[in-house]
Amino acid sequence: MDAPTHASSRWTADAVRALVEPDRVHRDLYIDPELFALEQEHFFANTWNYVGHDSQIPNDGDYLRAEIAGQPLIVVRHGDRSVRVLMNRCAHKGSRLVSAPSGNTGRHFRCPYHAWTFRTDGSLLNIPLKEGYEGTGLAECESAKGLATVKNVRVYRGFVFVKLNDVGPGFEEYFGESLSSIDNMADRSPEGRLEVAGGCLRFLHQCNWKMFVENLNDTMHPMVVHESSAGTAKKMWLGKPADEPKPMAIEQFTPFMSDYQFFQDMGVRVFANGHSFSGVHFSIHSKYSAIPSYEQAMLAAYGAEKTAQILSLARHNTVYYPNLTIKGAIQAIRVARPVAVDRTIVESWTFRLVGAPPELLQRTAMYSRLINSPFSVVGHDDLQAYRGIQAGLHAGGNPWISLHRNHVPAEDGAADVTAIGTSEISMRNQYRAWANYMTLTM
Amino acid sequence: MAGAEVTERELIDFVVREARLLDEQRYDEWNALFTDDAIYWVPLVPGQPEGLDHTSHLYEDKLLRDLRIERLKSPRAFSQQPPTRSLHLLQAPTVEPRAAARPGEHLVRTVFQYIESQGDELHTFFGVAFHRVVVDERGALRLAQKRVDLINSDAALPAVQLFV
Repeated sequence: MDAPTHASSRWTADAVRALVEPDRVHRDLYIDPELFALEQEHFFANTWNYVGHDSQIPNDGDYLRAEIAGQPLIVVRHGDRSVRVLMNRCAHKGSRLVSAPSGNTGRHFRCPYHAWTFRTDGSLLNIPLKEGYEGTGLAECESAKGLATVKNVRVYRGFVFVKLNDVGPGFEEYFGESLSSIDNMADRSPEGRLEVAGGCLRFLHQCNWKMFVENLNDTMHPMVVHESSAGTAKKMWLGKPADEPKPMAIEQFTPFMSDYQFFQDMGVRVFANGHSFSGVHFSIHSKYSAIPSYEQAMLAAYGAEKTAQILSLARHNTVYYPNLTIKGAIQAIRVARPVAVDRTIVESWTFRLVGAPPELLQRTAMYSRLINSPFSVVGHDDLQAYRGIQAGLHAGGNPWISLHRNHVPAEDGAADVTAIGTSEISMRNQYRAWANYMTLTM
Repeated sequence: MAGAEVTERELIDFVVREARLLDEQRYDEWNALFTDDAIYWVPLVPGQPEGLDHTSHLYEDKLLRDLRIERLKSPRAFSQQPPTRSLHLLQAPTVEPRAAARPGEHLVRTVFQYIESQGDELHTFFGVAFHRVVVDERGALRLAQKRVDLINSDAALPAVQLFV
């Protein structure tokens, strides 16, 4: 797909690269509107981005709308059961073909403006009064071929990813070993399958998308930012008899108040191309009460050894750079949808573990509500921090963001590194990838 | 407890007072309006049947309401710097027909506009609130459930910091 071209800008590839140093990044990454436009044009088109889960489109003709790199997309189940990704743009005059967030289009899309129809693989099916095009140049141009399609589509255990441009590595090479977090999330189903369930929370953040993504592996903030919420929950539970069953909400809130040692020992692992996860050894999700009927279902499906192996991986957040972050241990994901340099919609989706008892989805739904809702007392204080940065970065005197914590030169460019959990290595790793994919087509 | 002796006026006054307690930030008194097992609920999607198998914006029992209220007293509730103020603009509440209420309960429906003001920012939200009202053993009106259906519950919302 050809990238749109912009008029010349002060942002040459070299100027963009100069914004990222091994241990610090320039504020323009977060506050420069022109850089945001270039990110949409280059960075998001050159990277693999998550657009949805195939359980959302189980039947032929099921579709959902998506947007990557500022471009409107349709993710649709074609008649041969494959998932196709098409540009949501009529080949005629450019109208969006579907406007609902999701639905079923039957065997073809029909443009609501002049009724051109297209099969679900994008090919042109019919045009009203077709004879009007006889002897014209239509047949020789793009419009006669149908909808533009996205070539680079990959469905991995139900997760649908796309890369709009043809540059850069293929799916496996791009994500590499980080895919083990998606595997673990799906393996937690006794049938090895996930289904989107329980709704989607959509939370408008008045900040650049990077602050949100960085924060997912930032383990130095929870005990500070969430003192008023998680700390209050912890205090409210102090003095309760040891045998009093802990409500699920208390169980979910209080680990946020774990001390520095806990987060340090948790560990963080980074991979090439910006991916990482915190919680290498254990995480804030490790100590949730067991759900006996679930463990029985897992044992029946996998046997003792494999069950223990699957359930002992309780990773915190895995970042599939740039737009997907997942919590396999509780089957919740968050998707960053950049809107403007200082606006991001964070979507939180929850999943059902197919074959698991209903308590699992209830635990996931509660977690998402307590932590990710626009009404969340946890989310409010995170957002306050991001908004504080968005405003604070306009200050003069120091245009740089420090990412020095536990930096060692040996990590720079290494493809797979495990470090102590409080290292800022995940952010340094993200920005190395950012500079690379940003400039790949500049 | 049958509610036959409760007048429409009392039910309407109860709903108006509930909103006023919120806007005057008398949260402990507000929380005391709820029965012990009551839920304060803001569903995520129109027509959402329940709040356990599906995520909501809020689905709060006493523990979670207590937490929300206690948090606001913390000097480290950073998102409350500066503090938010709220205002409920209520259309005249209507007491729904008995058939629409559960046995032993009264159902009151109120169209509202909810406003949050913080610093120079002002956010407005619109919707319909449903109060399920019961009479307790001392004869006082109490809330068995407050459900707030926002007109745009499935839209991308900014932070809503107080109590809608």
